[in-house]
Amino acid sequence: MAEKDYDYDLIVIGSGPGGYVAAIRASQLGLRAAVVEKDKPGGVCLNIGCIPSKALIHQADLYRSVASLEAMGLKVDRGGLDYSKVFQASRRAADRLSKGVQFLLKKNKIDYVQDRAALAGPHEVKLDDGKTLSGRFILAATGSRPRELKGFEFDEKSVLSSTGLLMMEDLPKRLVILGSGYIGMEFAYVMNAFGVEVHVVEMLDQVLPLEDADVAGVVEKAFRKRGVQFTVSSKAVGLDKTDAGLRVHLESPDERGTKKSVLEADRVLVAVGRAPNTEGLGLEELGVQLDKGFVTTGDYYQTACASVFAIGDVVPSLALAHVASKEGEIAVEYMAGRASPLRRVDPTLIPTVIFTEPQIAGMGCNERLAKERGLAYEVATFPYRGVGKAAAIEQVDGFVKVLHEPRTREILGTTIVGAEATELIHEALLARQAELLPEDVATMIHAHPTLSEGVMEAFRAAEGWSVHA
Amino acid sequence: MAEILPMLALSPTMEEGVIARWAKAEGDDVASGDVLCEVETDKAVMDYESTVEGKLLKILAGEGDACAIGEPIAIVGAEGEDIEGLIAEAQSQREGKAKPAKKKEKAEAEQAGEGEQEAEAEGEQAKKEEKEKQKKEEPTKPAGPSAEELARAREAAGAQQRAQQRAPGGAPLAGVKASPLARKLAAEAGLDLRRISGSGPDGRVVKRDVEAAAAAGVGVKPAAVSAGAAAELPAGAVLPPVVTLTDEAVKVSPMRKTIAQRLSESKFSAPHYYLTIAIAMDEILEARRQLNAQLAGKVSLNAFLMKMAAMALARHPVVNATWGGETIQRHGRVDIGLAVALDDGLVAPVVRDCLGKGVIAIDRDLQPLIAKARAGKLTPQDYAEATFTVSNLGNYGIDEFTAIINPPGSAILAVGQIARTPVVDEDDELTIRSMMKVTLSCDHRVIDGAEGAAFLRDFKAICEAPVRALY
Repeated sequence: MAEKDYDYDLIVIGSGPGGYVAAIRASQLGLRAAVVEKDKPGGVCLNIGCIPSKALIHQADLYRSVASLEAMGLKVDRGGLDYSKVFQASRRAADRLSKGVQFLLKKNKIDYVQDRAALAGPHEVKLDDGKTLSGRFILAATGSRPRELKGFEFDEKSVLSSTGLLMMEDLPKRLVILGSGYIGMEFAYVMNAFGVEVHVVEMLDQVLPLEDADVAGVVEKAFRKRGVQFTVSSKAVGLDKTDAGLRVHLESPDERGTKKSVLEADRVLVAVGRAPNTEGLGLEELGVQLDKGFVTTGDYYQTACASVFAIGDVVPSLALAHVASKEGEIAVEYMAGRASPLRRVDPTLIPTVIFTEPQIAGMGCNERLAKERGLAYEVATFPYRGVGKAAAIEQVDGFVKVLHEPRTREILGTTIVGAEATELIHEALLARQAELLPEDVATMIHAHPTLSEGVMEAFRAAEGWSVHA
Repeated sequence: MAEILPMLALSPTMEEGVIARWAKAEGDDVASGDVLCEVETDKAVMDYESTVEGKLLKILAGEGDACAIGEPIAIVGAEGEDIEGLIAEAQSQREGKAKPAKKKEKAEAEQAGEGEQEAEAEGEQAKKEEKEKQKKEEPTKPAGPSAEELARAREAAGAQQRAQQRAPGGAPLAGVKASPLARKLAAEAGLDLRRISGSGPDGRVVKRDVEAAAAAGVGVKPAAVSAGAAAELPAGAVLPPVVTLTDEAVKVSPMRKTIAQRLSESKFSAPHYYLTIAIAMDEILEARRQLNAQLAGKVSLNAFLMKMAAMALARHPVVNATWGGETIQRHGRVDIGLAVALDDGLVAPVVRDCLGKGVIAIDRDLQPLIAKARAGKLTPQDYAEATFTVSNLGNYGIDEFTAIINPPGSAILAVGQIARTPVVDEDDELTIRSMMKVTLSCDHRVIDGAEGAAFLRDFKAICEAPVRALY
């Protein structure tokens, strides 16, 4: 190959948490980088994903506290609720962070190109406006989009994807949510909080099907108490749009064959997963392997074309923002000649978080996964009921569950369902990542009264000597 | 009826054994076939399996005690049996050296409290909340397991951790950076943490490093030479730290006794003579570099040397033979032993059929054997009957040395370091090559000078241009 100076050391396509973090890391390591983004900086996460949804959840929490205020004797006029203001608060958060990403890219001297891009060669990216950029490495970080269900094509007015629901400025009276994964359940929580009649439909036999049954049960019970309805083991097979509203046709297997039923709603949210954005990128033409739309990658997220890497939702790892960021760092460090011993993200070291109330957070294996893999494990749990702070703030639903290997005592996994689970999980994750043993967490002094004591007690239970239960 | 269990002859040549580790504790149930303890013999650590059933009522010989064949080491019987008489009898046999091992079992800690917490009914919940509120008023008053059980459990946990932090030899491992899990795994596998290279933060030894070391040693440290980790000083060190010299009589271990006996016998019976030759290793080094760039696990230099030796032996069968007095036994297979340095001795595990295997296959057999050797877990089948042996001290910077023939072989190849050396090439020009000196020790009863020299000449020729082996 002739001595050729590329425009950039690294061209990143996509400015979501995968792309922009990778670009900034590249710049820190001395690589000249460019980011090409066809929509808004920050990608789905900042604009129509994690950030606005967490803003809405926070608003929902605030609104729910009205009941507690009334219990103090205050008279509250619930009729004054203006949902468009709630919506605007979520947009303010999204806009602030999106501008923040632009600022960070500029600060790190990364060229930001607002256009759509496709690969034209192993070192070439072609833009819609006709320009081409050349790079020693190219990183595909184009993310994902909500999956569509046949018969429920998105019109973002009555059949909504998560994007449509986040951009909604008014509330429907009745909402049917197809899919009880974390996206469907977080939206169920928000809508229910603001007084919408919510009915969640799940194809598998358990709400939150990837969680252990007892963990999902805590959240399902809390939701039912607040009036959310659930139908499991049912498929949504068709939709009628009438003047009176929507009719969602369900089918579920029973002893006699198939039971059919109908749900009536004003809007339907389809939350059945996300599909990778890999079409029309020019990947296959370069010999990059794709499997059901996902990019096949080897160590350091390199594709079959040696100068092209892929991370985030376009590869089949867990579609989470922090996973994309980590994958981006691993790939970029390798490109900069500083490959870490970590060649890929260790899936057992990824924290998963669900921002329903009560929250769910996990790391490592849960019982479902451990059984699937045939791993030997022992379980220890500690209920929030036994934690002083939980009682003080009246949040006693939930528990901390620890799985460890019986012989080596290796911490295999932890699941927390309850208040602040999404923050508390990190102590357990650090313990696993640093290869600490349960006794290390059990013997550390935890401040009283905190919810973290629940974590300590669960690890003490793993050692057989929990004190407060 | 309770029985005294004696030390058994676990190998044909064993005369006494040292109890390396008790696998059961007093009070444990014992089934026929269970491993009671591990016994260190001449060159390997063997499992002592129980032939009786019952409870291990008393341990008579502790870890580290040497016992002759037949000496009582334990008593197994039914729970609660009166064994005072047996103990007295056994102790009189052992000259009063009984020292039962005290090992706090993890089982105790697990029995101190249950793992699972069940969700409770509403009524009980209210009652518990009441109790909880009262507990909060009194700071730090444990109301769960009794104080005694707690203390026992904590003691068990502490003892366990302290036990884990000891190397198999018993010396504490303060200063070795390793995660708690890695320490536990290494202790279980009988591996010395100091020999394991760490890939965690700041060179910390983590689980994957211990697993790799236990499995094959591949990828943990480039196993270029059998002397391994001990040969390399830590970065920046000029010499190993000073040790206080003391006047003391150190007991000779079974391994040292065996080394002394076998090597003396070899030196005194076989008339040794030595041939030295210098070999340009550039081609082999390049071949190895290319191979390792393609493979996931790196192949050691010793595997290459063993293969080259096999190919030279194929042309000189008399060097692959054994003196038998009336006959010389030529061997139909080339089984090459590689000398491996251990903490307190030396052993040469054998890779069988080096002629029929390629370099990669030889290395895949060799690495687990080296790991086993360092863990003291070689069986007699692993180290016996080498038809030829290679010993490599290049890692220590040794230019050349003479080795003692390892019976039943009739020759041993002593390999020195590879050094960039100025040499005069075919065109009378000065050039720099990677030169390595090897010295072949031969048993003159089997191999005459000319034969030995021819073998060495051909070994050099194959090393300098491996393609010659095809001719």
